[in-house]
Amino acid sequence: MTDISTPEPAYGRPARWQPATITGITRLTPRVMSFRFLPSQPFAYRAGQHVDVRLTAPDGYTAQRSYSIASAPEAGEEIELTIEKLENGEVSPFFHDVAAIGDEIEIKGPLGGHFVWSVDQSGPLVLIGGGSGVVPLMSMVRHRHASGSQVRLALLYSSREWNEVIFREELLALDDLRDGFDLILTLTREAPKRRKDFGRRIDPAMIERTLSTLPRRPALAYVCGANAFVSAASDALIAAGVAAERIRTERYGV
Amino acid sequence: MVTRGFGGRRPSADVSGRLPPGQFLTEDFPVLSAGPTPRVDTAGWKFTLKVRAKPVAEWSWAEFNALPQSKMTRDIHCVTAWSKFETAWEGVLVDDILAAAGIEAPTGFTLAHSYDGYTTNVPTADLTGGKAMVALKYEGKPIPADHGGPARLLVPHLYFWKSAKWINGLQFTDTDTLGFWELRGYHAYGDPWREQRYTDD
Repeated sequence: MTDISTPEPAYGRPARWQPATITGITRLTPRVMSFRFLPSQPFAYRAGQHVDVRLTAPDGYTAQRSYSIASAPEAGEEIELTIEKLENGEVSPFFHDVAAIGDEIEIKGPLGGHFVWSVDQSGPLVLIGGGSGVVPLMSMVRHRHASGSQVRLALLYSSREWNEVIFREELLALDDLRDGFDLILTLTREAPKRRKDFGRRIDPAMIERTLSTLPRRPALAYVCGANAFVSAASDALIAAGVAAERIRTERYGV
Repeated sequence: MVTRGFGGRRPSADVSGRLPPGQFLTEDFPVLSAGPTPRVDTAGWKFTLKVRAKPVAEWSWAEFNALPQSKMTRDIHCVTAWSKFETAWEGVLVDDILAAAGIEAPTGFTLAHSYDGYTTNVPTADLTGGKAMVALKYEGKPIPADHGGPARLLVPHLYFWKSAKWINGLQFTDTDTLGFWELRGYHAYGDPWREQRYTDD
């Protein structure tokens, strides 16, 4: 995991807790919703970064969680957090069931200086996401598109079912541009819908097929999802000849 | 700032008293790491103690396992906000590593090094006095690779990123030298009770 690049220095003001107003709420799948936030002090961020969110009860009790930013750095002052509702969760059910447009929520960010990508880093790039692990990868895909970059990028995205593919229509539209972005979906509980997609759990052959869409081995690989998924994907990348230090992972805790 | 409509799910009083600010209790043992899990073979495993750039002692896996073994059962706190209570570890106290090398702690700062290139900085005083160990077992068994096996640092009173997985050495340094996450926005010290998560906390 030794980084092949030196960490970029932090820029802008230090991250502080600040109120942010919910300006939009969109349901993306049965279990996933996106929330747009306008921070009282907007900040620049890099694709792949996250923010911490803190909820406070009337008696002062707080709960905080980290959520990846789904929007591109070019998207303006609002940030999009895409949140999966976890059964038995404490914070995600609040967002799904209680939060409304106009609410003020405390956030802190941007945070994280490793699982980040910008178009001035070299390509090609492979992104592998499982379930809501696609969220920080979506920021990278959108960043590439918004900046007009020609960097070759392949996204392998595993989802249980077609109707649980987060950002589905946007990803399919970007795939149709054929501008150097390639989307490969795999569905683990359904047959694939498109000829180039798969209908099984992620495996080395699928990773090899994804890498074959790129002109050469990727300069960087980003893998995000549950731990078992990330382990399977990163082990397969290594087996396919991608050096471990080129692979950055983000694993879901709880 | 009170969040409209948020009641929260409070832990019981005995749990909340043991939780640092902003943490919640988990029964799982989540895995978090910045890259692929390295497969470290104990046949070639080495642990090196360095003073500045100079190696002063080195142990093979068998030699390291022959050092005095101690047990530590501690609550651990991850910067991503989960805490886990009473995790049971066995290994070699940093005090015993220094004793085996025949040296006293030579500088006030230490950088832990790992097989995957990871580093993390800890003040030497936070490693000695029975506060930290190089753990070789978790719950009586070899530590799984995902959790840092075969050997990981255990500094349970600091956020758990300080407890470097896949450790292969400690290096004493003259100045506080930031490690991997500390260079990437995380706090230089990382005290969960003072909620030192990020650089400016």
